[in-house]
Amino acid sequence: MKICVCVKHVPDTAASIKLAGDKGFEDSEIKFVSNPYDEYGIEEAVSLVEKQGGEVVVVTVGKASAVTTIRSAMAMGAHRAILVKTDSQFLDSELTAKALKAVMDQDGKPDMIFTGKGSVDTESFQTQYRLAKLFGMPVVNEVSSLTIDDGKAIAQREAEGGKRQVIEMSLPCVIGATKGLNEPRYPKFPDIMKAKKKEIKEIEFSELGIDVSQGKVTIEKLESVPERSGAKMLVGSVDDQVTELVRILKEDEKVL
Amino acid sequence: MARTGILIEIENNAVKETSFGVMTAAAGQEIYALVLGDDVSAVKEKLAEYGAAVIVSITAPGDVASSPDLQAQMIAAAVKEYNLETLLGTASATGKDLFARIAAIMDEALVSDCVQVNIADKTVKKSHFSGKTFATLKVNGSVLLCTIRPNSIEPVASPAAGELMNFSADVSDPGLIKIVEVKKDAGKKLDLTEAPVIITGGRAIKAAENYKMLEACAQKMGAAVGASRAAVDAGYAPHSMQVGQTGKTVSPRLYIACGVSGAVQHFAGMKTSKVIVAINEDKDAPIFSKCDYGIVGDIFDVVPVLTEKL
Ligand SMILES: Cc1cc2nc3c(=O)[nH]c(=O)nc-3n(C[C@H](O)[C@H](O)[C@H](O)COP(=O)(O)OP(=O)(O)OC[C@H]3O[C@@H](n4cnc5c(N)ncnc54)[C@H](O)[C@@H]3O)c2cc1C
Ligand SMILES: Nc1ncnc2c1ncn2[C@@H]1O[C@H](COP(=O)(O)O)[C@@H](O)[C@H]1O
Repeated sequence: MKICVCVKHVPDTAASIKLAGDKGFEDSEIKFVSNPYDEYGIEEAVSLVEKQGGEVVVVTVGKASAVTTIRSAMAMGAHRAILVKTDSQFLDSELTAKALKAVMDQDGKPDMIFTGKGSVDTESFQTQYRLAKLFGMPVVNEVSSLTIDDGKAIAQREAEGGKRQVIEMSLPCVIGATKGLNEPRYPKFPDIMKAKKKEIKEIEFSELGIDVSQGKVTIEKLESVPERSGAKMLVGSVDDQVTELVRILKEDEKVL
Repeated sequence: MARTGILIEIENNAVKETSFGVMTAAAGQEIYALVLGDDVSAVKEKLAEYGAAVIVSITAPGDVASSPDLQAQMIAAAVKEYNLETLLGTASATGKDLFARIAAIMDEALVSDCVQVNIADKTVKKSHFSGKTFATLKVNGSVLLCTIRPNSIEPVASPAAGELMNFSADVSDPGLIKIVEVKKDAGKKLDLTEAPVIITGGRAIKAAENYKMLEACAQKMGAAVGASRAAVDAGYAPHSMQVGQTGKTVSPRLYIACGVSGAVQHFAGMKTSKVIVAINEDKDAPIFSKCDYGIVGDIFDVVPVLTEKL
């Protein structure tokens, strides 16, 4: 079984984002990691291949520096990787999906594709659906449990109000992973060393023949959300504090 | 005035509160309220009250309920039929899923989880980097597809004609996935991502049964109950209640954190809440430097008093 995992190289959620210009951010000093949800995809792919045989190929569209993220995915057990190089962190989802499809076609169509449920930088929540559409594959997102049996996948997905949908589809398919699916492994030192020798194929985005003018979403402005500057602390007895809080919430803030 | 479709979400025969906020986002436009299914009798008055010029009930042959792909095709067909220039919906689990399917089918741009939409300019505002920044995005293409973050737009009534129309979509392809079963967690009421008020219990809650204290308080406020990862990992709450980077992203009007220290990963999921209140026994807890109102105290003393005074 050949499994492709789409892994995005994103700023660590603990990093503070400093703006640069009116629509960019300073990316040289902050830590970048695998998009956290994509790690559930890597883990699931690696453990499936450990059981059934095959290979796991990581596919990333990103800056040249994404190699660090790719190496960490390889340390978790992915066998090979393809990096499509672009210089924007804010590439339109449609173009990203087209690039992922193009390199997967070149490499040989996968039996399964994993993505994360969404990326934590642009929070677009759609690349997996577009990729599935381009391949004509079924897609389920926010999958927290998965069984593969006899060419069929059965996925559980969390819906509203504590409901869980059990969804059936046939392979090949696209699965958007989320927490609950598994516990991503922490690579051990020998795995990290081994990962350094694995193959990363690099391709320029411009070589894929995708018309970038087709991108429909462009960023116009990026602005910081002001941090809250410290709480107004309530004083007095518990009774006093709570009375004042309820008054504030009802009368000043009007949120109750 | 642009023709704007709103995908309406209905639960227990009533329009979900969050759908009214989405209708308000389209105030001033000619609103087409799109409802899946043929029974709009229970909801038509409310939809007209919140600005629906037209209410379209969309039907198709086949097992619609079990097929999100078929639902997406039905909605895409309605967008074409009525020449809608914009389609808005709620960024709920269902809304986000359906809109991504619709966008793929129609080959149109989609922006998920917006907090502001400017229909005339085709620009939207949304969170980037887990609430640390807001991005303004420009959308090209012939139809503007957006889901709106629950509670980001306050619903305002604005009565319109509410003319009823039936549209039977000429689609029947069941698509490639099938919902074969829906399981329900016992005792779950309000959905976290859509709740206007959330009260969260952190590790300080100490036991699963102590969430009852928060539930009693939640009931008085029409709130949902959330949990931190530490509480989930300790087995006090199911993962479906987790707020944060690896849990749910929520943006209620009011977020009350009880015995939560205020880790970045927790804030990643609730930072864009309008008002944040923290109750913590440690006056130096980091959360107090990042919220709006604070009470230093034991949650087991403070929360029952709060419940009583609401
Ligand atoms: C990759 C990654 C992802 C993560 N994702 C998430 C996530 O999605 N959501 C999340 O929440 N965390 C997440 N975390 C974990 C996060 O870093 C914190 O560990 C977690 O949020 C702490 O939970 P807590 O505040 O409940 O517990 P603690 O940090 O233990 O804080 C408990 C607080 O309760 C106070 N307290 C104790 N007893 C009482 C009492 N009786 N009355 C009042 N106050 C009391 C204490 O003073 C303390 O401030 C993630 C971490 C990582 C590394
Ligand atoms: N640039 C990218 N490179 C590789 N995978 C990506 C990229 N962008 C998005 N994805 C995948 O698609 C998922 C959804 O991303 P998004 O639509 O940006 O929220 C992510 O969890 C990734 O698995």
